[in-house]
Amino acid sequence: MNYQYSIGCSLTNLKGIRDFIRTSLKGHGVPEVEISAIVLALDEMCSNLMIHAHHCNPDHVLELHIEVDNGRTFVFEIIDDGDVFDINAYKTPTMDNLVHEKRKGGLGISLVKSIMDSIEYAKKNGKNICRLTKTVNN
Amino acid sequence: MVHIKRLQEDGADIIAIIGEIDASSSIELDLSIAKSVGEGFRKILVDCSALEYISSAGLGVFMSYIEEFKDKNVTMVLFGMKEKVMNTFAILGLADLLLIRDSKQEAKQLANELSV
Repeated sequence: MNYQYSIGCSLTNLKGIRDFIRTSLKGHGVPEVEISAIVLALDEMCSNLMIHAHHCNPDHVLELHIEVDNGRTFVFEIIDDGDVFDINAYKTPTMDNLVHEKRKGGLGISLVKSIMDSIEYAKKNGKNICRLTKTVNN
Repeated sequence: MVHIKRLQEDGADIIAIIGEIDASSSIELDLSIAKSVGEGFRKILVDCSALEYISSAGLGVFMSYIEEFKDKNVTMVLFGMKEKVMNTFAILGLADLLLIRDSKQEAKQLANELSV
């Protein structure tokens, strides 16, 4: 089963993204706590892209695809044409550093890496595809 | 969307977060805490009972005050968190860096003990 959603790069649209993910995952037997974690990870990825790759320009569009394989493995794709921001190349800060430097950022990437099984990047027809995979035990 | 209400009780400032905190709304939480500190409160209790969602932007706000609160001898205790919200704090182990209690009563008690 596949689900699709397109939205402009405005942070006020994050709520719509969360609703789309939640609605799509409903009915696939995913435990509530897992749904919440997945919603969080996608929110983090999309807000990162909106801020860092698209400077919150609402005319720039993110495309989201969800593919459900067997009711257990979920593939999430975020497609855009901005600069690639590969979070695998980003060293996650330690909590001590975050507290010491009073930084408000950097936690999102740690969350995504904790929640998702894999994060891959690809190029297709000149667009960036960020593919996040999660297998859920239900 | 988030609404933030502040009220004072027994010398503590209670900041109630109603709704969702994400990258678009975390600034409001930040401003409320900054205001509370600016007004000189030493006991800040954050009522999370109507907090439905928090992303890293909100977590970052709480984290960013830890050092300042140590310097200024301010105690901040979060309370009333729903399980789904608590889970977000737990994923990164933040529950160990912040003071979190179940009820307002427990939060108040802890703030009183620590600010003696």
